Amino acid sequence: MEDIYKILSEIRPEHDFTASEDFIEDGLLDSFDIITLIDMLQEKYGIVVDGLDIVPENFCSANAIAELVRKNGKDI
Amino acid sequence: MKNSVLCYLKETVGIHADKIAVNDGKGTVTFEELNNTALSLSYKISSVLGGKKRSPIMVYLPKSCASIIAFMGVLYSGNFYTPTDVAFPYAKVKSITDILEPALYVSDTKNSNKLIENGISKNMIVNIDELDMENKLDCSDSIIDTDIVYTLFTSGSTGVPKGVAVSNRSIIDYIEWAIDTFDISSTEIIGNQAPFYFDNSTLDIYLSVFAGASLYIIPKMNFSFPVKLIEYVNKNNINMIFWVPSVFISVANADILSRVPCECLKKILFAGEVMPNKQLNYWRKYIPDAVYANLYGPTEITVDCTYYIVNREFADDDPLPIGIPCRNSDVMILDENDQLITSPDKTGELCVRGTSLAMGYWNNPSKTKEAFVQNPLNAHYPETIYRTGDIVYYNSLGEIMFSGRKDFQIKHLGHRIELGEIENAACGIEAVKNVCAVYNTEKRQIVLFYQGNTGEKDILDHLTKTLPAYMIPSVIKNIPAFPYNDNGKIDRKKLMNEFI
Repeated sequence: MEDIYKILSEIRPEHDFTASEDFIEDGLLDSFDIITLIDMLQEKYGIVVDGLDIVPENFCSANAIAELVRKNGKDI
Repeated sequence: MKNSVLCYLKETVGIHADKIAVNDGKGTVTFEELNNTALSLSYKISSVLGGKKRSPIMVYLPKSCASIIAFMGVLYSGNFYTPTDVAFPYAKVKSITDILEPALYVSDTKNSNKLIENGISKNMIVNIDELDMENKLDCSDSIIDTDIVYTLFTSGSTGVPKGVAVSNRSIIDYIEWAIDTFDISSTEIIGNQAPFYFDNSTLDIYLSVFAGASLYIIPKMNFSFPVKLIEYVNKNNINMIFWVPSVFISVANADILSRVPCECLKKILFAGEVMPNKQLNYWRKYIPDAVYANLYGPTEITVDCTYYIVNREFADDDPLPIGIPCRNSDVMILDENDQLITSPDKTGELCVRGTSLAMGYWNNPSKTKEAFVQNPLNAHYPETIYRTGDIVYYNSLGEIMFSGRKDFQIKHLGHRIELGEIENAACGIEAVKNVCAVYNTEKRQIVLFYQGNTGEKDILDHLTKTLPAYMIPSVIKNIPAFPYNDNGKIDRKKLMNEFI
Protein backbone atom coordinates (compact mmCIF):
# COMPACT_ATOMS: atom_id res chain seq x y z
CA MET A 1 0.00 0.00 0.00
CA GLU A 2 2.85 2.30 0.82
CA ASP A 3 4.17 1.78 -2.71
CA ILE A 4 0.87 2.98 -4.13
CA TYR A 5 0.99 6.16 -2.03
CA LYS A 6 4.56 6.67 -3.15
CA ILE A 7 3.59 6.48 -6.81
CA LEU A 8 0.67 8.82 -6.23
CA SER A 9 2.82 11.40 -4.52
CA GLU A 10 5.30 11.21 -7.39
CA ILE A 11 2.51 12.12 -9.80
CA ARG A 12 0.97 14.82 -7.63
CA PRO A 13 3.39 15.79 -4.86
CA GLU A 14 1.15 18.70 -3.84
CA HIS A 15 -1.76 16.48 -2.71
CA ASP A 16 -2.16 14.51 0.51
CA PHE A 17 -3.67 11.27 -0.79
CA THR A 18 -3.89 9.69 2.67
CA ALA A 19 -6.42 12.34 3.67
CA SER A 20 -8.80 11.66 0.79
CA GLU A 21 -11.72 9.22 0.78
CA ASP A 22 -12.15 9.42 -2.98
CA PHE A 23 -9.33 10.66 -5.22
CA ILE A 24 -11.63 11.17 -8.20
CA GLU A 25 -14.45 12.95 -6.34
CA ASP A 26 -11.90 15.16 -4.62
CA GLY A 27 -10.31 16.01 -7.97
CA LEU A 28 -6.82 14.85 -6.97
CA LEU A 29 -6.19 13.06 -10.28
CA ASP A 30 -7.02 14.54 -13.66
CA SER A 31 -7.21 12.65 -16.95
CA PHE A 32 -3.51 12.86 -17.67
CA ASP A 33 -2.63 11.79 -14.13
CA ILE A 34 -4.70 8.63 -14.63
CA ILE A 35 -2.77 7.81 -17.82
CA THR A 36 0.52 8.44 -16.00
CA LEU A 37 -0.57 6.34 -13.03
CA ILE A 38 -1.55 3.39 -15.23
CA ASP A 39 1.75 3.54 -17.07
CA MET A 40 3.65 3.63 -13.79
CA LEU A 41 1.69 0.67 -12.40
CA GLN A 42 2.29 -1.30 -15.58
CA GLU A 43 5.97 -0.55 -15.47
CA LYS A 44 6.46 -1.22 -11.77
CA TYR A 45 4.41 -4.39 -11.50
CA GLY A 46 4.82 -5.71 -15.04
CA ILE A 47 1.07 -5.86 -15.53
CA VAL A 48 -1.18 -4.80 -18.41
CA VAL A 49 -4.26 -2.88 -17.29
CA ASP A 50 -7.19 -3.63 -19.56
CA GLY A 51 -8.90 -0.53 -20.99
CA LEU A 52 -12.24 -1.65 -19.54
CA ASP A 53 -10.69 -1.59 -16.05
CA ILE A 54 -9.90 2.10 -16.41
CA VAL A 55 -12.95 3.25 -14.45
CA PRO A 56 -13.27 5.55 -11.41
CA GLU A 57 -14.05 2.63 -9.05
CA ASN A 58 -10.56 1.22 -9.62
CA PHE A 59 -8.76 4.49 -8.98
CA CYS A 60 -10.74 6.16 -6.19
CA SER A 61 -8.52 4.97 -3.32
CA ALA A 62 -5.16 3.34 -2.66
CA ASN A 63 -7.07 0.16 -1.74
CA ALA A 64 -8.88 0.13 -5.06
CA ILE A 65 -5.63 0.64 -6.96
CA ALA A 66 -3.94 -2.18 -5.02
CA GLU A 67 -6.92 -4.41 -5.74
CA LEU A 68 -6.55 -3.64 -9.47
CA VAL A 69 -2.91 -4.68 -9.33
CA ARG A 70 -3.86 -7.89 -7.48
CA LYS A 71 -6.55 -8.63 -10.04
CA ASN A 72 -3.77 -8.64 -12.60
CA GLY A 73 -1.94 -11.36 -10.70
CA LYS A 74 0.56 -9.37 -8.64
CA ASP A 75 0.52 -9.74 -4.90
CA ILE A 76 1.10 -6.46 -3.11
CA MET B 1 -27.42 41.33 -43.07
CA LYS B 2 -26.72 39.40 -39.90
CA ASN B 3 -23.79 41.31 -38.48
CA SER B 4 -23.45 39.78 -35.03
CA VAL B 5 -23.61 36.31 -33.55
CA LEU B 6 -26.61 37.52 -31.55
CA CYS B 7 -28.66 37.84 -34.77
CA TYR B 8 -28.25 34.08 -35.12
CA LEU B 9 -29.12 33.43 -31.50
CA LYS B 10 -32.36 35.40 -31.85
CA GLU B 11 -33.28 33.53 -35.01
CA THR B 12 -32.63 30.19 -33.28
CA VAL B 13 -34.69 31.19 -30.23
CA GLY B 14 -37.54 32.06 -32.63
CA ILE B 15 -37.52 28.57 -34.18
CA HIS B 16 -36.33 26.29 -31.36
CA ALA B 17 -37.47 28.11 -28.18
CA ASP B 18 -38.18 24.93 -26.18
CA LYS B 19 -35.33 22.81 -27.48
CA ILE B 20 -32.39 21.97 -25.21
CA ALA B 21 -29.60 24.44 -25.92
CA VAL B 22 -27.09 23.23 -23.35
CA ASN B 23 -26.79 20.16 -21.12
CA ASP B 24 -23.87 20.20 -18.70
CA GLY B 25 -24.42 16.83 -17.07
CA LYS B 26 -26.08 18.47 -14.05
CA GLY B 27 -28.81 20.46 -15.73
CA THR B 28 -30.14 21.83 -18.98
CA VAL B 29 -31.36 25.12 -20.42
CA THR B 30 -33.59 25.62 -23.43
CA PHE B 31 -32.81 28.27 -26.02
CA GLU B 32 -35.56 30.49 -24.61
CA GLU B 33 -34.29 30.17 -21.03
CA LEU B 34 -30.74 30.81 -22.23
CA ASN B 35 -31.84 33.93 -24.09
CA ASN B 36 -33.98 35.34 -21.28
CA THR B 37 -31.34 34.84 -18.60
CA ALA B 38 -28.69 36.33 -20.89
CA LEU B 39 -30.86 39.43 -21.39
CA SER B 40 -31.28 39.86 -17.63
CA LEU B 41 -27.55 39.47 -17.14
CA SER B 42 -27.00 42.06 -19.86
CA TYR B 43 -29.19 44.50 -17.94
CA LYS B 44 -27.17 43.93 -14.77
CA ILE B 45 -23.82 44.28 -16.56
CA SER B 46 -24.86 47.44 -18.32
CA SER B 47 -26.18 49.04 -15.14
CA VAL B 48 -22.96 48.29 -13.25
CA LEU B 49 -20.85 49.62 -16.13
CA GLY B 50 -23.07 52.67 -16.63
CA GLY B 51 -23.85 51.61 -20.20
CA LYS B 52 -20.20 51.30 -21.17
CA LYS B 53 -19.64 49.12 -24.24
CA ARG B 54 -16.84 47.24 -26.01
CA SER B 55 -15.16 46.52 -22.67
CA PRO B 56 -13.51 43.25 -21.62
CA ILE B 57 -15.47 41.11 -19.19
CA MET B 58 -13.97 38.04 -17.59
CA VAL B 59 -16.28 35.08 -17.15
CA TYR B 60 -15.13 33.32 -14.00
CA LEU B 61 -17.40 30.29 -13.87
CA PRO B 62 -17.05 26.51 -13.97
CA LYS B 63 -17.77 25.04 -17.39
CA SER B 64 -21.57 24.82 -17.34
CA CYS B 65 -24.86 26.05 -18.80
CA ALA B 66 -24.20 29.26 -16.84
CA SER B 67 -21.01 29.91 -18.84
CA ILE B 68 -22.92 29.94 -22.12
CA ILE B 69 -25.57 32.22 -20.60
CA ALA B 70 -22.76 34.50 -19.38
CA PHE B 71 -21.15 34.68 -22.84
CA MET B 72 -24.43 35.66 -24.47
CA GLY B 73 -25.29 38.08 -21.66
CA VAL B 74 -21.96 39.85 -22.06
CA LEU B 75 -22.55 40.15 -25.81
CA TYR B 76 -26.12 41.48 -25.32
CA SER B 77 -24.67 44.25 -23.15
CA GLY B 78 -22.45 45.31 -26.07
CA ASN B 79 -19.23 44.03 -24.47
CA PHE B 80 -16.97 41.03 -25.08
CA TYR B 81 -15.93 38.05 -22.96
CA THR B 82 -12.82 36.17 -21.86
CA PRO B 83 -13.44 32.78 -20.27
CA THR B 84 -11.02 31.21 -17.84
CA ASP B 85 -10.87 28.06 -15.73
CA VAL B 86 -11.82 28.46 -12.08
CA ALA B 87 -9.54 25.48 -11.34
CA PHE B 88 -6.47 27.40 -12.56
CA PRO B 89 -4.11 28.61 -9.85
CA TYR B 90 -4.99 32.27 -9.34
CA ALA B 91 -1.50 33.35 -10.47
CA LYS B 92 -2.36 32.07 -13.94
CA VAL B 93 -5.69 33.94 -13.94
CA LYS B 94 -3.84 37.05 -12.82
CA SER B 95 -1.32 36.78 -15.67
CA ILE B 96 -4.35 37.08 -17.96
CA THR B 97 -6.23 39.81 -16.10
CA ASP B 98 -3.04 41.89 -15.87
CA ILE B 99 -3.18 42.16 -19.65
CA LEU B 100 -6.93 42.06 -20.16
CA GLU B 101 -7.78 44.63 -17.47
CA PRO B 102 -11.39 43.44 -17.15
CA ALA B 103 -14.03 46.11 -16.60
CA LEU B 104 -16.10 43.49 -14.80
CA TYR B 105 -16.20 39.83 -13.73
CA VAL B 106 -19.19 37.54 -14.18
CA SER B 107 -19.15 34.78 -11.58
CA ASP B 108 -21.37 32.75 -9.24
CA THR B 109 -21.75 32.79 -5.46
CA LYS B 110 -19.09 30.15 -4.81
CA ASN B 111 -16.44 31.53 -7.15
CA SER B 112 -17.06 35.22 -6.39
CA ASN B 113 -15.46 34.56 -3.03
CA LYS B 114 -12.28 33.36 -4.71
CA LEU B 115 -12.13 36.59 -6.68
CA ILE B 116 -12.70 38.69 -3.57
CA GLU B 117 -9.99 36.74 -1.69
CA ASN B 118 -7.63 37.67 -4.48
CA GLY B 119 -8.31 41.35 -4.19
CA ILE B 120 -11.08 41.92 -6.73
CA SER B 121 -13.56 44.48 -5.45
CA LYS B 122 -17.12 43.24 -4.90
CA ASN B 123 -18.46 46.09 -7.07
CA MET B 124 -16.64 44.62 -10.02
CA ILE B 125 -18.35 41.24 -9.80
CA VAL B 126 -21.78 40.41 -11.22
CA ASN B 127 -23.21 37.30 -9.55
CA ILE B 128 -25.14 35.25 -12.10
CA ASP B 129 -26.96 33.47 -9.23
CA GLU B 130 -28.56 36.76 -8.15
CA LEU B 131 -30.21 38.10 -11.28
CA ASP B 132 -33.45 40.03 -11.33
CA MET B 133 -35.33 38.30 -14.14
CA GLU B 134 -37.78 41.21 -14.50
CA ASN B 135 -35.28 43.56 -16.15
CA LYS B 136 -33.84 42.81 -19.55
CA LEU B 137 -31.58 44.71 -21.91
CA ASP B 138 -30.69 44.09 -25.55
CA CYS B 139 -27.90 46.32 -26.92
CA SER B 140 -27.28 44.13 -29.97
CA ASP B 141 -28.39 46.88 -32.38
CA SER B 142 -25.28 48.84 -31.48
CA ILE B 143 -22.92 46.00 -32.44
CA ILE B 144 -21.10 46.09 -35.78
CA ASP B 145 -19.43 43.05 -37.30
CA THR B 146 -15.87 44.18 -36.53
CA ASP B 147 -16.69 44.37 -32.80
CA ILE B 148 -15.02 41.72 -30.66
CA VAL B 149 -16.91 38.65 -29.40
CA TYR B 150 -14.16 37.12 -27.30
CA THR B 151 -10.52 37.48 -26.41
CA LEU B 152 -8.85 34.12 -25.82
CA PHE B 153 -5.43 33.88 -24.27
CA THR B 154 -2.77 31.64 -25.73
CA SER B 155 0.47 30.97 -23.94
CA GLY B 156 3.19 32.85 -25.74
CA SER B 157 6.59 31.24 -26.26
CA THR B 158 8.06 33.69 -23.75
CA GLY B 159 5.49 32.69 -21.14
CA VAL B 160 3.56 35.96 -21.33
CA PRO B 161 0.03 35.16 -22.56
CA LYS B 162 -1.36 36.88 -25.65
CA GLY B 163 -5.05 37.77 -25.92
CA VAL B 164 -6.39 37.03 -29.37
CA ALA B 165 -9.31 39.36 -30.08
CA VAL B 166 -11.85 37.80 -32.46
CA SER B 167 -14.71 39.71 -34.07
CA ASN B 168 -18.29 38.83 -34.97
CA ARG B 169 -17.57 38.68 -38.67
CA SER B 170 -14.76 36.12 -38.25
CA ILE B 171 -16.99 33.82 -36.23
CA ILE B 172 -19.88 34.21 -38.70
CA ASP B 173 -17.49 33.40 -41.57
CA TYR B 174 -16.18 30.31 -39.79
CA ILE B 175 -19.49 28.91 -38.53
CA GLU B 176 -21.30 29.47 -41.86
CA TRP B 177 -18.50 27.49 -43.50
CA ALA B 178 -18.76 24.68 -40.94
CA ILE B 179 -22.55 24.45 -41.27
CA ASP B 180 -22.34 24.05 -45.07
CA THR B 181 -19.30 21.80 -45.08
CA PHE B 182 -20.51 19.35 -42.46
CA ASP B 183 -24.22 19.69 -43.23
CA ILE B 184 -25.09 20.81 -39.70
CA SER B 185 -28.71 21.11 -38.61
CA SER B 186 -30.72 21.28 -35.39
CA THR B 187 -30.61 17.46 -35.21
CA GLU B 188 -26.97 17.61 -34.15
CA ILE B 189 -26.13 16.64 -30.57
CA ILE B 190 -22.64 17.99 -30.03
CA GLY B 191 -20.42 16.42 -27.38
CA ASN B 192 -18.10 19.17 -26.18
CA GLN B 193 -14.60 18.41 -24.88
CA ALA B 194 -12.68 21.64 -25.47
CA PRO B 195 -12.38 23.96 -22.48
CA PHE B 196 -14.10 27.28 -23.21
CA TYR B 197 -10.81 29.18 -22.94
CA PHE B 198 -9.54 27.02 -25.83
CA ASP B 199 -10.82 28.18 -29.21
CA ASN B 200 -11.88 24.73 -30.44
CA SER B 201 -14.93 25.33 -28.26
CA THR B 202 -16.01 28.11 -30.66
CA LEU B 203 -17.22 25.45 -33.10
CA ASP B 204 -19.25 23.60 -30.47
CA ILE B 205 -20.80 26.72 -28.93
CA TYR B 206 -21.65 28.60 -32.11
CA LEU B 207 -22.88 25.61 -34.14
CA SER B 208 -25.39 25.25 -31.36
CA VAL B 209 -26.27 28.97 -31.40
CA PHE B 210 -26.45 29.23 -35.22
CA ALA B 211 -28.11 25.92 -36.10
CA GLY B 212 -30.19 25.22 -32.99
CA ALA B 213 -28.14 22.10 -32.24
CA SER B 214 -27.89 20.86 -28.65
CA LEU B 215 -24.58 21.35 -26.88
CA TYR B 216 -23.68 18.59 -24.42
CA ILE B 217 -20.81 19.64 -22.18
CA ILE B 218 -19.25 16.27 -21.32
CA PRO B 219 -18.21 16.35 -17.63
CA LYS B 220 -14.42 16.39 -17.42
CA MET B 221 -14.18 13.21 -15.34
CA ASN B 222 -15.22 11.18 -18.40
CA PHE B 223 -12.04 12.15 -20.21
CA SER B 224 -10.02 10.32 -17.53
CA PHE B 225 -11.82 7.06 -18.21
CA PRO B 226 -12.17 6.21 -21.91
CA VAL B 227 -14.85 3.59 -21.33
CA LYS B 228 -16.94 6.11 -19.36
CA LEU B 229 -16.49 8.60 -22.16
CA ILE B 230 -17.87 6.27 -24.82
CA GLU B 231 -20.70 5.23 -22.49
CA TYR B 232 -21.52 8.92 -21.96
CA VAL B 233 -21.59 9.50 -25.72
CA ASN B 234 -23.88 6.49 -26.20
CA LYS B 235 -26.20 7.36 -23.33
CA ASN B 236 -26.76 10.88 -24.64
CA ASN B 237 -26.92 9.92 -28.30
CA ILE B 238 -24.16 12.37 -29.11
CA ASN B 239 -23.69 12.33 -32.89
CA MET B 240 -21.01 14.94 -33.43
CA ILE B 241 -17.70 15.57 -31.69
CA PHE B 242 -14.76 17.92 -32.13
CA TRP B 243 -12.02 16.72 -29.78
CA VAL B 244 -8.24 16.97 -29.51
CA PRO B 245 -6.28 13.97 -30.85
CA SER B 246 -5.05 12.95 -27.37
CA VAL B 247 -8.61 11.87 -26.48
CA PHE B 248 -8.95 9.75 -29.63
CA ILE B 249 -5.55 8.26 -28.86
CA SER B 250 -6.48 7.28 -25.31
CA VAL B 251 -9.71 5.57 -26.47
CA ALA B 252 -7.78 3.69 -29.17
CA ASN B 253 -4.89 2.69 -26.89
CA ALA B 254 -7.33 1.30 -24.31
CA ASP B 255 -9.07 -0.63 -27.10
CA ILE B 256 -12.52 0.49 -25.99
CA LEU B 257 -14.48 0.55 -29.25
CA SER B 258 -14.10 -3.19 -29.93
CA ARG B 259 -15.89 -3.89 -26.66
CA VAL B 260 -18.16 -0.90 -26.20
CA PRO B 261 -19.63 -0.30 -29.66
CA CYS B 262 -20.46 3.30 -30.46
CA GLU B 263 -23.06 3.65 -33.16
CA CYS B 264 -24.43 7.13 -32.61
CA LEU B 265 -21.37 9.12 -33.72
CA LYS B 266 -21.75 10.38 -37.28
CA LYS B 267 -19.43 13.40 -37.48
CA ILE B 268 -15.98 13.09 -35.96
CA LEU B 269 -13.75 16.15 -36.14
CA PHE B 270 -10.37 16.78 -34.59
CA ALA B 271 -7.78 19.55 -34.38
CA GLY B 272 -5.24 21.08 -32.05
CA GLU B 273 -2.40 18.64 -32.62
CA VAL B 274 -1.26 16.15 -35.23
CA MET B 275 -3.67 13.22 -35.48
CA PRO B 276 -1.70 9.99 -35.90
CA ASN B 277 -3.14 7.62 -38.51
CA LYS B 278 -2.41 4.64 -36.29
CA GLN B 279 -5.14 5.60 -33.83
CA LEU B 280 -7.36 7.16 -36.49
CA ASN B 281 -7.33 3.82 -38.33
CA TYR B 282 -8.56 2.19 -35.12
CA TRP B 283 -11.53 4.58 -34.98
CA ARG B 284 -12.26 4.15 -38.69
CA LYS B 285 -12.28 0.38 -38.25
CA TYR B 286 -14.88 0.41 -35.47
CA ILE B 287 -16.97 3.39 -36.60
CA PRO B 288 -16.68 3.00 -40.38
CA ASP B 289 -19.70 5.07 -41.41
CA ALA B 290 -18.82 8.34 -39.71
CA VAL B 291 -17.38 11.37 -41.48
CA TYR B 292 -13.88 12.10 -40.20
CA ALA B 293 -12.29 15.50 -40.66
CA ASN B 294 -8.89 16.84 -39.71
CA LEU B 295 -9.08 20.59 -39.04
CA TYR B 296 -6.16 22.93 -38.71
CA GLY B 297 -5.66 26.49 -37.60
CA PRO B 298 -4.37 28.80 -34.87
CA THR B 299 -6.63 30.93 -32.67
CA GLU B 300 -5.50 34.03 -34.61
CA ILE B 301 -7.45 33.04 -37.74
CA THR B 302 -10.56 31.96 -35.81
CA VAL B 303 -10.20 28.25 -35.08
CA ASP B 304 -9.54 26.69 -38.49
CA CYS B 305 -8.29 27.75 -41.89
CA THR B 306 -7.78 24.36 -43.57
CA TYR B 307 -9.61 21.05 -43.42
CA TYR B 308 -9.32 17.56 -44.75
CA ILE B 309 -12.29 15.21 -44.94
CA VAL B 310 -10.74 11.74 -44.69
CA ASN B 311 -11.51 10.07 -48.01
CA ARG B 312 -8.93 7.34 -48.53
CA GLU B 313 -6.95 4.67 -46.75
CA PHE B 314 -3.73 5.54 -44.89
CA ALA B 315 -0.96 3.36 -43.51
CA ASP B 316 -0.30 3.74 -39.77
CA ASP B 317 2.83 5.78 -40.36
CA ASP B 318 1.44 7.99 -43.14
CA PRO B 319 0.98 11.61 -42.18
CA LEU B 320 -2.60 12.87 -42.44
CA PRO B 321 -3.15 15.93 -44.67
CA ILE B 322 -4.47 19.16 -43.18
CA GLY B 323 -6.12 19.53 -46.56
CA ILE B 324 -7.46 22.56 -48.34
CA PRO B 325 -8.37 26.10 -47.28
CA CYS B 326 -11.74 26.68 -45.66
CA ARG B 327 -14.20 28.70 -47.77
CA ASN B 328 -13.37 32.39 -47.96
CA SER B 329 -9.87 31.83 -46.51
CA ASP B 330 -6.75 32.08 -48.62
CA VAL B 331 -3.75 30.06 -47.55
CA MET B 332 -0.37 31.05 -48.95
CA ILE B 333 2.79 29.04 -48.42
CA LEU B 334 5.72 31.47 -48.38
CA ASP B 335 9.38 30.47 -48.59
CA GLU B 336 12.25 32.13 -46.68
CA ASN B 337 12.28 34.99 -49.20
CA ASP B 338 8.50 35.49 -49.00
CA GLN B 339 8.01 33.97 -52.43
CA LEU B 340 4.85 31.95 -53.05
CA ILE B 341 5.35 28.18 -53.17
CA THR B 342 3.02 26.38 -55.57
CA SER B 343 4.89 23.17 -56.43
CA PRO B 344 4.76 20.01 -54.29
CA ASP B 345 7.19 18.99 -51.54
CA LYS B 346 8.71 22.43 -50.95
CA THR B 347 8.28 23.58 -47.37
CA GLY B 348 7.38 27.10 -46.33
CA GLU B 349 5.43 29.04 -43.73
CA LEU B 350 1.65 28.86 -43.84
CA CYS B 351 0.18 32.37 -44.04
CA VAL B 352 -3.51 33.28 -44.04
CA ARG B 353 -5.50 36.01 -45.75
CA GLY B 354 -9.17 36.68 -45.09
CA THR B 355 -12.10 37.69 -42.93
CA SER B 356 -11.06 35.01 -40.45
CA LEU B 357 -8.12 37.08 -39.19
CA ALA B 358 -8.38 38.20 -35.58
CA MET B 359 -8.34 41.95 -34.89
CA GLY B 360 -4.96 41.51 -33.18
CA TYR B 361 -3.57 40.86 -29.71
CA TRP B 362 -5.41 42.77 -26.98
CA ASN B 363 -3.22 45.46 -25.40
CA ASN B 364 -0.16 44.24 -27.29
CA PRO B 365 0.65 46.33 -30.38
CA SER B 366 4.22 45.06 -30.76
CA LYS B 367 3.28 41.35 -30.88
CA THR B 368 0.38 42.24 -33.17
CA LYS B 369 2.75 43.93 -35.59
CA GLU B 370 5.04 40.88 -35.64
CA ALA B 371 2.39 38.33 -36.54
CA PHE B 372 -0.22 40.37 -38.43
CA VAL B 373 1.75 41.85 -41.31
CA GLN B 374 1.32 43.40 -44.74
CA ASN B 375 0.91 40.75 -47.44
CA PRO B 376 4.39 40.69 -49.02
CA LEU B 377 2.82 39.75 -52.36
CA ASN B 378 0.60 42.85 -52.42
CA ALA B 379 2.38 46.18 -52.97
CA HIS B 380 -0.80 48.03 -53.92
CA TYR B 381 -2.96 48.54 -50.84
CA PRO B 382 -2.91 47.68 -47.14
CA GLU B 383 -3.76 44.03 -46.72
CA THR B 384 -2.99 42.11 -43.56
CA ILE B 385 -2.01 38.46 -43.45
CA TYR B 386 -1.32 36.29 -40.43
CA ARG B 387 1.96 34.38 -40.28
CA THR B 388 1.23 31.15 -38.42
CA GLY B 389 4.82 30.04 -37.80
CA ASP B 390 3.76 26.58 -39.02
CA ILE B 391 5.83 24.89 -41.72
CA VAL B 392 3.82 23.07 -44.39
CA TYR B 393 4.05 21.79 -47.97
CA TYR B 394 1.79 20.60 -50.79
CA ASN B 395 1.68 16.88 -51.51
CA SER B 396 1.35 15.55 -55.06
CA LEU B 397 -2.45 15.80 -54.78
CA GLY B 398 -2.27 19.49 -53.96
CA GLU B 399 -3.26 18.91 -50.33
CA ILE B 400 -1.49 20.85 -47.61
CA MET B 401 0.64 18.71 -45.30
CA PHE B 402 1.71 19.84 -41.83
CA SER B 403 5.43 19.55 -41.36
CA GLY B 404 6.11 21.20 -38.00
CA ARG B 405 6.36 24.43 -36.08
CA LYS B 406 8.86 26.98 -37.27
CA ASP B 407 10.18 26.74 -33.70
CA PHE B 408 10.47 22.95 -34.16
CA GLN B 409 12.36 23.30 -37.38
CA ILE B 410 15.97 22.84 -36.50
CA LYS B 411 19.35 23.18 -38.17
CA HIS B 412 21.39 20.11 -37.34
CA LEU B 413 24.70 19.15 -38.97
CA GLY B 414 23.91 21.69 -41.68
CA HIS B 415 20.55 20.14 -42.50
CA ARG B 416 17.15 21.69 -42.01
CA ILE B 417 15.12 19.12 -40.12
CA GLU B 418 11.47 18.93 -39.13
CA LEU B 419 11.18 17.24 -35.76
CA GLY B 420 7.70 16.12 -36.82
CA GLU B 421 9.18 13.97 -39.54
CA ILE B 422 11.18 12.02 -36.98
CA GLU B 423 8.07 11.62 -34.82
CA ASN B 424 6.13 10.28 -37.80
CA ALA B 425 8.79 7.69 -38.53
CA ALA B 426 8.83 6.51 -34.91
CA CYS B 427 5.01 6.24 -34.95
CA GLY B 428 5.37 3.50 -37.54
CA ILE B 429 6.62 1.11 -34.87
CA GLU B 430 3.81 -1.11 -33.63
CA ALA B 431 4.59 -0.90 -29.90
CA VAL B 432 5.10 2.86 -29.84
CA LYS B 433 2.11 4.62 -28.35
CA ASN B 434 3.20 8.23 -28.24
CA VAL B 435 6.27 10.16 -29.38
CA CYS B 436 7.80 13.58 -29.16
CA ALA B 437 11.07 14.78 -30.66
CA VAL B 438 12.90 17.81 -29.27
CA TYR B 439 16.20 19.50 -29.97
CA ASN B 440 18.74 20.08 -27.24
CA THR B 441 20.40 23.20 -28.62
CA GLU B 442 23.07 23.19 -25.94
CA LYS B 443 24.37 19.73 -26.73
CA ARG B 444 23.27 19.85 -30.36
CA GLN B 445 21.38 16.63 -30.02
CA ILE B 446 18.07 15.40 -31.35
CA VAL B 447 16.23 13.72 -28.50
CA LEU B 448 13.32 11.38 -29.09
CA PHE B 449 10.95 10.54 -26.25
CA TYR B 450 8.54 7.69 -26.63
CA GLN B 451 6.01 5.76 -24.66
CA GLY B 452 5.53 2.08 -25.38
CA ASN B 453 6.57 -1.41 -24.56
CA THR B 454 9.68 -1.72 -26.69
CA GLY B 455 13.39 -1.12 -26.26
CA GLU B 456 15.40 1.91 -27.36
CA LYS B 457 17.42 -0.35 -29.63
CA ASP B 458 14.32 -1.39 -31.64
CA ILE B 459 13.41 2.24 -32.17
CA LEU B 460 16.90 3.02 -33.36
CA ASP B 461 16.91 0.05 -35.77
CA HIS B 462 13.61 1.15 -37.27
CA LEU B 463 14.64 4.79 -37.63
CA THR B 464 17.93 3.82 -39.28
CA LYS B 465 15.90 2.03 -41.94
CA THR B 466 13.52 4.93 -42.55
CA LEU B 467 15.43 8.18 -42.01
CA PRO B 468 18.64 9.68 -43.39
CA ALA B 469 21.56 9.45 -40.97
CA TYR B 470 21.51 13.15 -40.03
CA MET B 471 17.94 12.79 -38.74
CA ILE B 472 18.63 9.90 -36.38
CA PRO B 473 18.20 11.06 -32.78
CA SER B 474 21.34 10.97 -30.63
CA VAL B 475 19.27 10.17 -27.59
CA ILE B 476 16.23 7.90 -27.50
CA LYS B 477 14.37 7.74 -24.22
CA ASN B 478 11.48 5.58 -23.08
CA ILE B 479 9.36 7.50 -20.58
CA PRO B 480 6.32 6.24 -18.65
CA ALA B 481 4.06 9.13 -19.65
CA PHE B 482 4.10 12.52 -21.32
CA PRO B 483 3.36 15.75 -19.50
CA TYR B 484 0.46 17.69 -21.00
CA ASN B 485 -0.47 21.35 -20.86
CA ASP B 486 -3.92 22.76 -20.01
CA ASN B 487 -5.18 22.26 -23.55
CA GLY B 488 -4.22 18.60 -23.62
CA LYS B 489 -1.19 19.07 -25.84
CA ILE B 490 2.21 17.57 -25.08
CA ASP B 491 4.10 20.05 -22.90
CA ARG B 492 7.49 20.19 -24.64
CA LYS B 493 8.97 22.69 -22.22
CA LYS B 494 8.18 20.48 -19.24
CA LEU B 495 9.41 17.42 -21.10
CA MET B 496 12.77 19.05 -21.72
CA ASN B 497 13.08 20.37 -18.18
CA GLU B 498 12.27 17.01 -16.63
CA PHE B 499 14.18 14.64 -18.82
CA ILE B 500 17.09 16.51 -20.36
